[in-house]
Amino acid sequence: MEHVNIFIKAVFIENMIFAYFLGMCSYLAISKTVKNAVGLGMAVIFVLGVSVPVCYLMENYLLKPGAMSWLSASFADVDLSFLSFIMFIAIIAAIVQLVEMIVEKFAPALYGALGIFLPLIAVNCSILGGALFMQDREYATLGEATTFGLGSGVGWFLAIVAIAAIREKIRYSNVPAPLRGLGITFIITGLMGIAFMMFMGVAL
Amino acid sequence: MSTETIKVPVKVKEPKERLFSSANKKLLRDPLNDSNPITVQVLGICSALAVTVQMKPSIVMALSVVVVCAFSNLVISTLRNVIPNRIRIIVQLVVVAALVILVDQVLKAFVYDVSKQLSVFVGLIITNCIIMGRLEAFAMANKPWPSFLDGIGNGLGYGLILVAVSAVRELFGSGKLMGFQVAPDSFYKAGYFNNGMAILPPMALIIVGIFIWIQRSKNTKLIEPN
Repeated sequence: MEHVNIFIKAVFIENMIFAYFLGMCSYLAISKTVKNAVGLGMAVIFVLGVSVPVCYLMENYLLKPGAMSWLSASFADVDLSFLSFIMFIAIIAAIVQLVEMIVEKFAPALYGALGIFLPLIAVNCSILGGALFMQDREYATLGEATTFGLGSGVGWFLAIVAIAAIREKIRYSNVPAPLRGLGITFIITGLMGIAFMMFMGVAL
Repeated sequence: MSTETIKVPVKVKEPKERLFSSANKKLLRDPLNDSNPITVQVLGICSALAVTVQMKPSIVMALSVVVVCAFSNLVISTLRNVIPNRIRIIVQLVVVAALVILVDQVLKAFVYDVSKQLSVFVGLIITNCIIMGRLEAFAMANKPWPSFLDGIGNGLGYGLILVAVSAVRELFGSGKLMGFQVAPDSFYKAGYFNNGMAILPPMALIIVGIFIWIQRSKNTKLIEPN
């Protein structure tokens, strides 16, 4: 039950895009067609689902004050938490590089379409944000951290697919020329963000 | 007397490119308008939304980004021929992270209260896509000096939008500019209210959208073909 709660919370109430506005850059740039949006969304789910549990292990067995006591009792008062930024970003960069190689090998068309934004998943703030939120909220087990990672990935996936669908439709409407494309996308995202504010304060 | 002249091999000096040649000036100027990182390249949106509630932190943030972007471009461009392609992201991130830690320490030493206000966002410069985007797109393929200029130009282009958005949000959200009261008391007595919506993040998106609208109606070659 706890897992369901964490999942629902991560997908809707604490949605990465609409509640925290993390990972906006690739969200805005790759949402022109639903097909590419689905591809990037899947990549983000995968990276978040893998990197959050790895960061969780790192945090609990290496970085937290006293986390190294499993090695020997003399490490009980070692606090390496000031290293968390650079450790997390290194893990994320390594996983992203892995994903890039896999996509290049098995889906070259998608690789071409994603272009510069595939390596940029490494600096997609939602990934580092996910790792930092995990650290902040102190999940009890590895399972819960994984659920949280997958949940925020799914939330991001839903957001990008939704905006891509809206953008495909809006192509047929009469938007003022200077507002076409990027401008109207910003404004729609703002409106969707206001709509998602209704989830604020829902307690699960 | 021989009239034979000794042929001296004439050394043709290669014309050295001046430091501020027109190509280099273009690198500085373009990101301010034609290829602005926020409104055209769509890079670095997250921090633009988060720190623009007030003007002061956004100016500090803009300066930090200029510094980090310029110097990371310089370092990566110097190293570009020795970085193995497979692990380039990690190398780039380590360089950027080191520079960000430097900036963070400087801010803590000299403008402590603003650094408190920015809190995690200085750390999040590491994941600011402008830095990575310019490293990937420019510094990996160009010489150090143009890359340095490109970094400064893009940092300034980012700063321009940041300051403009934060001016609008601070003015309408709390009636102040740079922390000074602008809206007079008589307004409030006459029934004027601060627009609480302007402080919330969705409004930042809408304001950036409106800026894009204004920019593209002036600069029509940026209009997307649909």
